[in-house]
Amino acid sequence: MTWTPARDEDAALVSGAGRFVDDLDPLPGTLVAAIVRSPHPHARIRGVDLARARAHPGVAAVIGPEEIGAAVRPFPLSTSTPMPYLPSAVDTARYVGEPVAVVVAGDRYVAEDAAELVEVDYEPLDVVVDTRAALEPGAVLLHPEAGTNVATDRTFSFGPIDDAFARADHVVHGEYTFPRYSSVPMECYGVVAQWRDESEGPAVECWANFHGPFTMVPVAAGSLGVPVSRFRLHVPADIGGSFGIKSGIYPYVVLMALASKHAGRPVRWTEDRTEHLLASSSGAGRAMAFSAAVSRDGAVEALRVDLVDDVGAYLRPPEPSTLYRCFGNITGAYDVPAVAIRARAAVTNRAPTGLNRGFGGQQLYFGLERLMDAVAARTGLDVAEVRRRNLVRAFPHRTPTGGLYDSGDYPAALDLLLAEGGYDELRTRQESARTEGAYYGVGLALVVDPSGTNIGYVGLATPASERKPGRDKSGSTEIVRASVDLQGVVTVLLGSVPQGQGHATVARRVAARRLGLPVEQVRAVVDMDTASTPWTVTSGSYSSRFAPLVTSAVVAAVDRLAETVRAGASVLLGVDPAGLELADGSVRDPSSGASCLFRHAAGVVHWDPGSLPEGAPARLATEGEFVPPEAVAATAEDTINSSLCYGFVAEMVGVRIDPDTLLVTLDRVATVHDAGTVLDPVLIEGQVLGALVHGLGGAAYEEFRYSPAGQPTSATFLDYLCPTSAETAFELVSDHVSSPSPLTPLGAKGCGEGSSMSLPVAYANAVADALAPAGVTIDSLPLHGEVVHQLLRGDVSWR
Amino acid sequence: MKAAPFAYHRPDSVDEAVDALAGGDAKVLAGGQSLVPVLAMRLGRPGTLVDITRLPGLDDLEVYGGVLRIGAAVRQRTVERSEAVRAVPLIGRAMPFVGHRELRSRGTVCGSLAHADPAAELPAVAACLDATVVLRGPRGTRQVPARELVVGAMTTSAGPDELITEVRFPAAASGDGFGFAEIARRHGDYALAGVAVHVRRGGGATLAAFGVSDRPVVRDVTALLEDDPTEAGLRPSTDAMADEIVDTAGDAHGSRGYRARLLGVLAARELVRAHREAHQEAHA
Repeated sequence: MTWTPARDEDAALVSGAGRFVDDLDPLPGTLVAAIVRSPHPHARIRGVDLARARAHPGVAAVIGPEEIGAAVRPFPLSTSTPMPYLPSAVDTARYVGEPVAVVVAGDRYVAEDAAELVEVDYEPLDVVVDTRAALEPGAVLLHPEAGTNVATDRTFSFGPIDDAFARADHVVHGEYTFPRYSSVPMECYGVVAQWRDESEGPAVECWANFHGPFTMVPVAAGSLGVPVSRFRLHVPADIGGSFGIKSGIYPYVVLMALASKHAGRPVRWTEDRTEHLLASSSGAGRAMAFSAAVSRDGAVEALRVDLVDDVGAYLRPPEPSTLYRCFGNITGAYDVPAVAIRARAAVTNRAPTGLNRGFGGQQLYFGLERLMDAVAARTGLDVAEVRRRNLVRAFPHRTPTGGLYDSGDYPAALDLLLAEGGYDELRTRQESARTEGAYYGVGLALVVDPSGTNIGYVGLATPASERKPGRDKSGSTEIVRASVDLQGVVTVLLGSVPQGQGHATVARRVAARRLGLPVEQVRAVVDMDTASTPWTVTSGSYSSRFAPLVTSAVVAAVDRLAETVRAGASVLLGVDPAGLELADGSVRDPSSGASCLFRHAAGVVHWDPGSLPEGAPARLATEGEFVPPEAVAATAEDTINSSLCYGFVAEMVGVRIDPDTLLVTLDRVATVHDAGTVLDPVLIEGQVLGALVHGLGGAAYEEFRYSPAGQPTSATFLDYLCPTSAETAFELVSDHVSSPSPLTPLGAKGCGEGSSMSLPVAYANAVADALAPAGVTIDSLPLHGEVVHQLLRGDVSWR
Repeated sequence: MKAAPFAYHRPDSVDEAVDALAGGDAKVLAGGQSLVPVLAMRLGRPGTLVDITRLPGLDDLEVYGGVLRIGAAVRQRTVERSEAVRAVPLIGRAMPFVGHRELRSRGTVCGSLAHADPAAELPAVAACLDATVVLRGPRGTRQVPARELVVGAMTTSAGPDELITEVRFPAAASGDGFGFAEIARRHGDYALAGVAVHVRRGGGATLAAFGVSDRPVVRDVTALLEDDPTEAGLRPSTDAMADEIVDTAGDAHGSRGYRARLLGVLAARELVRAHREAHQEAHA
């Protein structure tokens, strides 16, 4: 039996030949670190005694608050609120699991033995765990010097808000809570770091399974006090999943660099699962309120949105981006002319938050799409119909917050969903279930799926009047290097730091198609070394950047390479290079039909560049960049086109709830995606299914919970439950419409996050629909048998 | 997540193993599926591990004289796939719920009894069927009814210097019917509530509930089946029984009330199934 892998990466991965950070031993003699972490959610550190740990046999170095506080500067934040964030607690520990000290030894066993000998004298302080409680006057303050737990508080108003609410036939209001959950990648964080004191000053070289955003590279270098040019980061070719979570690794790179300085040897730290669940990262929790001004016929004329993110104990960059990543598409799939927003981030005694697949979207759409169901209920319209009436219909569409929806056909996608997903059939199932005294519900979610973040949105956390002229931020630049060797083999170098998505497979095929070469004549090599791979602050594998941005840069790079090859061919064919065509591994003159092999043309440039016509390009290695002009900085009016491309997802969920056991079973999931041009149908289906199951985790299983005293209560896999293959046996109907983006050369948009945004709320809408006869309110997640039991008892204490 | 230092013994005989357990600071290592994570998380730090997996005489898996004997080194997966287990159908019903297949390929039946997790399946099956556990210690061999082995959450009446050498299950008789069900958050998780049921044609029914108290709870439910052995007919009695049995504090996955609800439903459903099975055979 033979197996043909769908992706170039797979054979190595399934045969143990992957190159993950743990497979690398770049610096012989590397020592191993264990981290001492705070057992308290909030405590002043009165003193630390490292003597016993340092004296333990086999220990090379122990660093604690004194060493760390003296050497590391707080990370630069995107707001001016004084809430300094360091890679470890220096005077106060603010969440359970916060690093306090690092022990370096010959192996992890000894390091953990010695870590138990670190004595920390804690003075426990009162805690604030709940997001809304953190806002109350008199609340316990995590950062007393800030005088508040609110790290950022901004209000925005676009369009005739007051007028719309004044003349609305209905004002529909909803308050919702979105939980914290993660992606739980199979591979946890891993770092190897070496500090070197060189004649020009200190230098740090590190290896980490960090995937961006590379804005964090200057953030990390800055905290160590070294220039970016002396902070060299290597990213292994393989990362065992992340889905955003590993963007939170950079504080550990800083910590290990400092540990290496003290140990005088390179240091490796491998996060274990307990550490990961306790303290790595998660999506932000959110408390939110939505109001819609609605006309009699169901048109949403205006929205008021009040968002409060729980970002944990510190505003760890890139937070508060959960608030702003979807700023340009905050009105979702709907043509809403006016919107008012209050965006706050609050600190609590919980672990810091960050990127998680769907970043900002699952939180936003949970509110918006629950609200649309409420609008349907108030107007008496069907949930599909009320959405249809409000859809954006003409493209490009400028949203009131500044988003520029590049392309789409939302009504067509909705129609396809309802037809192929069997909306009417599911309604029939609902009717018969209700006749039998059982529960059945159908939930919809329509979401705009942004890809290719414009980092300009980080500016919004600062009021326009305080943003410094000449210091604006914008863009989502991507750079790719391509070369052709003397045998005509083309290599595309990707600094795209994939986490398992199959970038090399797609980039290789895009390049081959563009150059008219067989796939075998093209290689795609994944390698990120900040000293040699082209990168920018926006580099990284996040915000579904690959399809819209990286492939566009691949096209730009290989197009330049094609010019070189045409020049070589012009020598062999004796014709002008302009107009030569690349196809079937050859370069052809369409007027005469004469042709030469691609590799011979490349060979001319390698072996005999003197024969090239004067001024002809001889670039055998070249870079192509993609700098979309639509990604501009926030305006003085605080509008921002927060992403380059905007895809679309229409999703439908049918759930059955056993009236006796109250178990919630997914009966069917139907999903229609519009990601513009589909680059690879197999990979896109993988992304859709993966994003769905990720969303199902948050909808039904996963939640990082804390006790009222601030202790994590789901910090092992006994309590933090991820869906497994056994939980994915639901019927799945998946299809696509394709509205190519006019802004990318291939027309492609991202597609890795969409269903992570839509599934949680589609599921909630379905459960709410199923339980509608019982008159219960669904305003948070996760939803499972125990929650339904409490809801039906009228008990809300489970929250 | 690395274990604290410990000594490792791999004795060659049961007597040697019992000697190694003397002193009270030793733990038996069989499948290791519960013990090793405990060690790795440093939630337990025994001074010595006594590895019994290669001990001769602990690998018995046989039916003899109406009894299924399972030795202490026998893996759950081995039992699941054996011919012998057909003699005790309830084990076969329960086994797919014991963790995942990968865990069962290492975990042992006796280890599950010794670990005594209140939500574990096999202690409940052993209690339901009134199995017997054989212990070996410095004072010799003794037999303990499985119903008396577990004395609390993760606590047994076995001494720290005693080794469970085997468990003996009575083979099913003609006219026996069985039921087994549990509800967990995900497949393979510890049960929020579960039942093992044994109904004998001509009278006699036993139910063991698990996941709902600090140990398996056994009830003689013969009387419940006397009136109306249908799910609807049984629910008032099983709900009342469940409400009386469930005394766990509950957690975010299942409150006391939800677990009682589940137990009432599962008890009724499985009693019906076992009753039907016991009586179907009569006509076969």
